[in-house]
Amino acid sequence: MKFFFFHLMPYAALDPDYDKKHNSAWVTLPNSYYDPKIGHALYNRYLDELEYADEVGFDGICVNEHHQNAYGLMPIPGVMAGALARRTKNVKIAVLGRALPLLNNPLTVAEEYAMLDNLTGGRLIAGFVRGIGAEYHSWGANPAESHDRFHEAHDLILRAWTEPGPFPFEGKYYHFQYVNCWPRPYQQPHPPIWIPSQGSRETIEWASAPERKYTYLQTFSPVAALARYMQMYRDAAAGYGYTATSEQVGWSVPIYAAETDAIARQEAKPHIEFFLNKLLRMPPEMLLPPGYLSLQSLQGIMQAKRTITGGPQTIDDVIEKAVFLCGSPATLRAKIEQYQSEIGFGYLLPMMQFGTLPHELTRKSTEIFAKEVIPYFRTQTARSAAE
Amino acid sequence: MDYAETFATIDGCKIRLMRGGAGSPLLFLHGARGASAWLPFMDELAKHFDLIVPEHPGFGGSDTPDWLDNVGDLAYFYLDLIGGFGLERVNLVGTSLGGWIAAELAVRCSDRLRSLVLSAPAGIHVKGLPKGDTFMWSAAETTRNLFHDQTLAEAALQRPVSQAEQFIEMKNRLIMAKLTWQPRLYNPHLHKWLHRIAVPTLILWGDDDKIIPTGYGPAFAGRIPGARLEIIAKCGHLPQVERSDEFVAKVVGFIRETDA
Repeated sequence: MKFFFFHLMPYAALDPDYDKKHNSAWVTLPNSYYDPKIGHALYNRYLDELEYADEVGFDGICVNEHHQNAYGLMPIPGVMAGALARRTKNVKIAVLGRALPLLNNPLTVAEEYAMLDNLTGGRLIAGFVRGIGAEYHSWGANPAESHDRFHEAHDLILRAWTEPGPFPFEGKYYHFQYVNCWPRPYQQPHPPIWIPSQGSRETIEWASAPERKYTYLQTFSPVAALARYMQMYRDAAAGYGYTATSEQVGWSVPIYAAETDAIARQEAKPHIEFFLNKLLRMPPEMLLPPGYLSLQSLQGIMQAKRTITGGPQTIDDVIEKAVFLCGSPATLRAKIEQYQSEIGFGYLLPMMQFGTLPHELTRKSTEIFAKEVIPYFRTQTARSAAE
Repeated sequence: MDYAETFATIDGCKIRLMRGGAGSPLLFLHGARGASAWLPFMDELAKHFDLIVPEHPGFGGSDTPDWLDNVGDLAYFYLDLIGGFGLERVNLVGTSLGGWIAAELAVRCSDRLRSLVLSAPAGIHVKGLPKGDTFMWSAAETTRNLFHDQTLAEAALQRPVSQAEQFIEMKNRLIMAKLTWQPRLYNPHLHKWLHRIAVPTLILWGDDDKIIPTGYGPAFAGRIPGARLEIIAKCGHLPQVERSDEFVAKVVGFIRETDA
C-alpha cells in the first residue's frame, strides 16, 4: 500500500459565527471574511506541511481544487504543485483537481500538467474531476453538460498528450484546428491518471474500462460505501474481462494520530467538527444543482434522503462510520489493516490537516503516522511478498 | 371544459399535449414548471379558443430528444409543430421560459401567427437588473418568490406532492438547467432581432415579479414594434395563476382587438 499526504488548505481562520448570517462556507460567503495576511501565513504553513510529508517518507502528496469557498484555498492547484515541484525531491505530486467541465479550454490542463510533469521529471499524477456541485454555481458552468464535457475534455487532453501534433479536434463542446501540446509529457505515454469521486456508477464504469484502467479514489465516504464502490470497480473490471489490481483503487480519508486513543480524540475533536459543521456546510441546492447527477442517481438520493450536509455531526459519528480515522498508532494500524484486507485498496490518502487543526498538531500527527503506522505496512508488503 | 390528453411526434420527438375548446387556435407555451395539469385559466381560455398546451421536449411527459441543446431548438420545434398540425393564424401565448420560446419563434418567422402574448418572458438581459436565482433557492423559497400573495404560496407549499410529481419536477429542473443555466435565462443575441416580430404583441408583467423583474417589461416592449405593455397589480411571476381572471380577460380582449 502507498501513502499520499492529502491537503485541502482550508481557511482555518474563518469566523465560526459566519453561519449566523450565511448558509454556507461556499459560493456566496462574502470574501470579506478572508484576510490576506492570514492567508499568506496559511499558504506557507500548508506548503511546509506538504514538504514535511516528503521528508518523513510518504510516497506522495496531493493538492486539490475548489472554488470560491473557505473549505479549500486552492482554486488553481497547479500553483501549489509548481511550488512543491522544486522543494520536494522524492514524492509523487498528485493534483486532485482539475475540474474539466468548468473550463472553456481544457488544453490549458494538458499544458499545465505537461509542464509539471517535465518540471518534476515525471513525478506528476494527473487528476481529472467534475468538481462538486457548488463549483457550477461559482463558475457559471452548466451542470447539465457536466458529464459530456468531462468526457470530451478528457479525450482532448489524452489525444493532446499521445498523438503527434498538430492535429484537429472536432468535438461538440471543443473545437480546435491545431492541437499541438508543447511541452509533451515527461512520462510516456502520459502521467498516471487518477479519478477522485464521491461514488458514481457511471464514473466507475468509465474509469475501469480496459483502455483506461484509471485509479479510482473514493473521497470522504463511510467505510461501508467505500467497500461498495471498490467492489463495484472490481465487478466492472471483471465485466470487461480482466482482474482489477489494488493499484486501481484508493481511499482518501481524514486521519489523526496521537499517543493514545483518548489524546487523539481530545485533540482532534474541535478541529474535525469545525471541518464537518462549518467548512462542509452547504444547502442541497448548492451541492446538487440539476443535471450534476443523472435523473436515476438523483432518484436514488431522493429516496434515501441522504446528503453529506445533513445535521450537525460529532467526532463520534464520523469515527464510528470510519469517515474519520482517529487514534493511537496501534488503533490506526489495526483499522487500516482490517479495511485494507477487506476492501483491498492500494492507495491510502490521509488528510492529516483538517478544519482548524493547528500546525503543531498536524506535524505531530504526521510524524507519528509516518514513524509508527506507515512502516508497519511496508514490512507487511514485504511479508506478504515473501510468503 | 373537456380537454383531451394526446401525444404527437414532431422532429422525431414524442411530446405530450393537452387540447380543449374550439375556435381559432391558441398555442400556449409553459414556463419552467411545465404543464402537467389542466389549470383553471386553461379552462377559461378554452371557452374562446382551440387551446393547445404541449409539454416542451425535455419536460414532464414529453421525451428528451438528442437534438435539444438550447431555446432556439425549441423555437424551430414549435414552428415545425405549427406546420405539422396545419395551424393557421395562431395566437401564440408564452409565459416565462415559454415567452422566451415564443419570442425566438416569432423573430424567426411570424407568418403563421395572428397574435403574440408574452407573459413575464425570459430571453433578454438588462444590465443592472438581476433575475432571481431559482437554482440556488430552496424549493420553498422559490415557491414564495413566485407569488405576490403569500397565502397562495403557503397553500402551494402545503399541497402534498406525489413521487411521480417529484420526478417530473426533477426532470423539469434538469432540462431548465440545460437550457438556461449559462447564459442565465437569456440568449445574448435575441434582443438584436426582436424588431423582426411582425404581429400584434401584448406583454404582460406582474408588478411584484421576483424571478424576472418588472423592469424587463419596458425592455421587451421597446424592442418589438407596436407592442403594448400591461402591468398587472399585486401579482408575482405567474399572472395566469395568481390573477387568472385578469390574465384571461387581457389575453381574450387583446386577441379580439387584433380582429377588428
